[in-house]
Amino acid sequence: MSELCQLTIHQAHELLKQRKISSVELTESVLERIAEVESKVQACITITEDRALREAKEADSCIARGDIAPLTGIPALIKDVICTQGIRTTCGSKMLENFVPPYNATVIEKLKTQRTVMLGKTNMDEFAMGSSTENSAFFPTHNPWGLSRVPGGSSGGSAAAIAADEAIYTLGSDTGGSIRQPAGFCNVVGLKPTYGRVSRFGLVAFASSLDQIGPITKNVTDCALVMNAIAGYDPRDSTSVPYPVPDYTRQLIPDLKGLRIGVPKEYFVEGMQSEVRTALEIAIKKLKELGAEIDWEASLPSTKYALAVYYILAPSEASANLARYDGVKYGFSQQNASNVIEATEKTRQFGFGPEVKRRIMLGTYALSAGYYDAYYLKAQKVRTLIKQEFDQAFKKYDALVTPTSPTTAFKLGEKIEHPIQMYLSDVCTLPINIADLPAISLPAGFADNLPIGMQIIGKPFDEESILRIAFAYEQATEWHKRKPPL
Amino acid sequence: MKLSYEQVKHIAWLARLGLSEAEIEKLSLQLSNILENFEILKQIDTTDVPPATHSIPLQNVFREDEVAKSYSQSEILANAPRQEESCFRVQPILE
Repeated sequence: MSELCQLTIHQAHELLKQRKISSVELTESVLERIAEVESKVQACITITEDRALREAKEADSCIARGDIAPLTGIPALIKDVICTQGIRTTCGSKMLENFVPPYNATVIEKLKTQRTVMLGKTNMDEFAMGSSTENSAFFPTHNPWGLSRVPGGSSGGSAAAIAADEAIYTLGSDTGGSIRQPAGFCNVVGLKPTYGRVSRFGLVAFASSLDQIGPITKNVTDCALVMNAIAGYDPRDSTSVPYPVPDYTRQLIPDLKGLRIGVPKEYFVEGMQSEVRTALEIAIKKLKELGAEIDWEASLPSTKYALAVYYILAPSEASANLARYDGVKYGFSQQNASNVIEATEKTRQFGFGPEVKRRIMLGTYALSAGYYDAYYLKAQKVRTLIKQEFDQAFKKYDALVTPTSPTTAFKLGEKIEHPIQMYLSDVCTLPINIADLPAISLPAGFADNLPIGMQIIGKPFDEESILRIAFAYEQATEWHKRKPPL
Repeated sequence: MKLSYEQVKHIAWLARLGLSEAEIEKLSLQLSNILENFEILKQIDTTDVPPATHSIPLQNVFREDEVAKSYSQSEILANAPRQEESCFRVQPILE
């Protein structure tokens, strides 16, 4: 039954409900697949095989009693930045290599109430800082579509695992594109919810005003099902909002009549790969055929400032958030020092990798006396302008469509020594975090057998519209059905 | 904006981040390069633009101060690199 690992959530759910398969069989199939491809893909940091099989058995006994929710018995991998009680949570860092959280993130608690099966934890750029998963302190993940290519990042392990059928679904986190960019590079679906839609409790903090947890799945219906499970207010995250959670599958209808879609020209950037541009043009024409009204002349002129704004704000917040790693309460500790300050400095020198250090330095500088106004405050003002431009655009459009990234997956090693080049690979995704908006990436074509992603951006808390557009497009195309040649 | 070796050392001190000589040299170049890319923000007029604070019109969030279950001492100390007599052990702070 080795094909079971290829099932989507809703396919597996139907088979489980009809008792045609068991969760144990499904979980075994996925574990076999992991054993088969993991040496090539390296998507996982921790695999909790025994636990997974135990949870699958428990799920099967629930199903036998007729107690089944959409995610019951479905095996999932979780990005290693989300706290899992009793399972080490490394954040891809030597700093937390042996950290075992005493609690679960709220999203994990929510998945547990549905009795999903936890397979383990996925690889990522250290503390979610990066766009290629090469910043993992342990090993890089390889793109299943070309093993010499990066899977994107920072949720590269979660996206590669879905592309390689190493899990039925995964969770990622997105601060500047970390769900969408790898989803685009790996031909899978990834959603960054509106800021405040999903609880961040138990998500190890990188940039608190930008971070969100979201699903990475094989198709749009699955994405909606995972959103149904994880969205909602949480008293333990005071930035989560008390708005009611809709049934995200409700609007999944195969036509786009009455929807107005803008195509912001600033996202078709100079230096973008010509095949990406062509693929997007074809995809947008498809949206028009499906009934949407397209405006090719939408404009968000402040887009060009987003990269600078992001690389001031995110490192500033990171420099404060990562101050907690001092080698005292948990994590890596280097105490071979003459005093407490030197011990802290050494702990951080040997516990953090180069990109994390770069961002702590950048953020500390931007927040330091004499530079705060020129960098941090200025960036927060431009953030207001970027948000206002989106507000204006959403008076005219129900959604905006752009490429997810300007290129297909680049080669391992190609950009690791060139921070600015690496940062530019998120140029289409990071404005959305700055404006707190929801956006989804889904498969929209190929160039030289490498996937191309389409990004659909929605109004705040209107995940339903972008899921609807994504669903209609997916129903009308075949890209998401292609499997990598592993 | 060019960052000198001394400036990089000072920022590292503020961040309590130990750096090797080679790291300081490299960061001085890389950070200067990144800061150059921030110059673009000078082009945009932000007079009278309020800085962004929170995305959603949330007021202060309050809750009742209620006694609830917390973690045991042993759970909290379980990840401690060094502990002594049920406390986190640190280097002497006062000479």
